[in-house]
Order: sequence, then C-alpha cells, then structure tokens
Amino acid sequence: MNLGPHADFIIASYAITAFVVAALVAWVVLDYSAQRRILGDLEERGVTRRSRRDAP
Amino acid sequence: MALIDLANPTRFLRIVNRVLPWLIAATLVAFAFGLVSALHAPDDYQQGATVKIMFLHVPSAWLGMMAWALMSLAALGTLVWRHPLADVAGKAAAPIGAAFTFICLVTGSLWGRPTWGTYWVWDARLTSMLILLLLYLGVLALYWTAEDPGRGSRAAAILSLVGAVNLPIIKFSVDWWNTLHQPASIFRMGGSTIDPSILHPLLIMALAFTLLFFTLHLAAMRNEILRRRVRTMQLMRAQEVHA
Repeated sequence: MNLGPHADFIIASYAITAFVVAALVAWVVLDYSAQRRILGDLEERGVTRRSRRDAP
Repeated sequence: MALIDLANPTRFLRIVNRVLPWLIAATLVAFAFGLVSALHAPDDYQQGATVKIMFLHVPSAWLGMMAWALMSLAALGTLVWRHPLADVAGKAAAPIGAAFTFICLVTGSLWGRPTWGTYWVWDARLTSMLILLLLYLGVLALYWTAEDPGRGSRAAAILSLVGAVNLPIIKFSVDWWNTLHQPASIFRMGGSTIDPSILHPLLIMALAFTLLFFTLHLAAMRNEILRRRVRTMQLMRAQEVHA
C-alpha cells in the first residue's frame, strides 16, 4: 500500500488515535479492577452497604 | 422491563455485565471491517492518500459532539429529575467525549498541513471545536476537584447545559461564516457529495467508533457506580470507627 508523499501525517494520525483509544481502554479496565479490589477489602473488613444489611 | 427500572444501580450493573461482552465483540468486528475497508479505500482525486485521515477525524468529531449532547440530557436528568444514574452517565461521558474531541482536533491538524498548508487557522469550525475541548476540560475540573461531589455534579450539569449552545454553532459554523473548513458533505440536503468508495469505509468506521464510545461509556458508568459504593462504605466505616 502506497501512502504517498504525506505518509508521515497519515501514520501519525493513526498512531495518536490508537494511543488515545488504548489509554481510554486502560483507564476503564484499571479503574474497574481498582474499585473491585477496594470493595473486596471493605467487605472483608465487615463493612456492608445499608441495602445489603437490611436485606432479609 | 420499564425504563424506570434502569434507575436502580444494582439492576443497571446486572444489565451492563450482560451487555458489555456483546458490545465489545461488536466493536472489535466493526473495527476489523472498518480498518480493512479504510486501508483499501482509493485515494481522493484532490486529497490523495490523506483522505484516510478522514476515517478517524470525522467519526471522532461526531462523537465529541454526541457525547456533549448526551451529557446535556444527563444534566437535565440530574437537575430536574434527580435521576440516580443521570449524573453517573454525565460524569462517565465527559473524559471519553474529551478524548474524541482531542483526536478530532489533532487528526484535523495533521490533515490540514498537507491539504491547506497549515496545521491551524482560527476559523469558526476549528475554533468552536477547540472551545468544545476547553468546555470538556472545565466539566472534568468540576467533577474531579469539587470537595463535595454533589455540588461538583450540579455545577458540571449547569456547564453541560450552557455548553450545549456550542453544538449548533459547531454544526452550522461552516454555513454561517466563511471558513477554510469545507461545508457539510455527508448529512446535507441533496445527499452526500462523497463517492461511495470513500463514504462506505467512513460510515463503517463511524459505526465502529460509536460502538467503542458506548462500550467505554457503559464500562465507565459501571466504574462510577462502584466508586460511589466504595465512598458510601468508607463513610459508613468512618462513622462506625468514630461512634
């Protein structure tokens, strides 16, 4: 595939977009595991949400 | 299931956990098709191969605007109906919308240099898009720096509603002012002016980016609900310790 005389601009566009999308995906995935870990720690210490505590 | 049932965060989380794997798969398939068709699209008779940048630039511009429209609707839900998930939806959409607006500006700049001979001009379309990015940064600052999350959310909701004024300005800037940026060429009276060999890859990429947006948005909403649970439980623990 020939990208012509402006290949650098095309490759830079795709590289920057890939980097930003990868950063968004990493943010979502890492944030999810962090929140799950903190919730797990709190539940292990016996802290439960009021709705859970009131459940029969 | 009634729409109001989604207001329950626990039920919403159950739905997200069920939907997310399918959405991820659909996003990957759409990107596979989109990227292959984008790479095989012919060069434009004027732009040459730089037309390939449009397959990133146009969808990210649409999504940058769509995310703000979504935040404005969520702001109404927060301020008027105090819907429990509205604020979560608005807060989760802001960084994703900001990222797509950033991609739009950078790829537009990289396309502008070989096509227009400059990375940037202060024309109405480019400037109003830059203002959108600055508005996103303002909303993020309100969400992330407010000491009281409730006050931060209300302030961000007000800014989201006020900032919605910028959306028609972005859309119609190319008609209202004399801009270097070309006028609408896809959604316009009389149909698209783009050849199908370029329009089809562009629409597939737009679908892929839209699916990516909703995948990230639902995942970020799930994270935000969990973060609020963590905060509630930490406050309860602090109260128990001090009691």
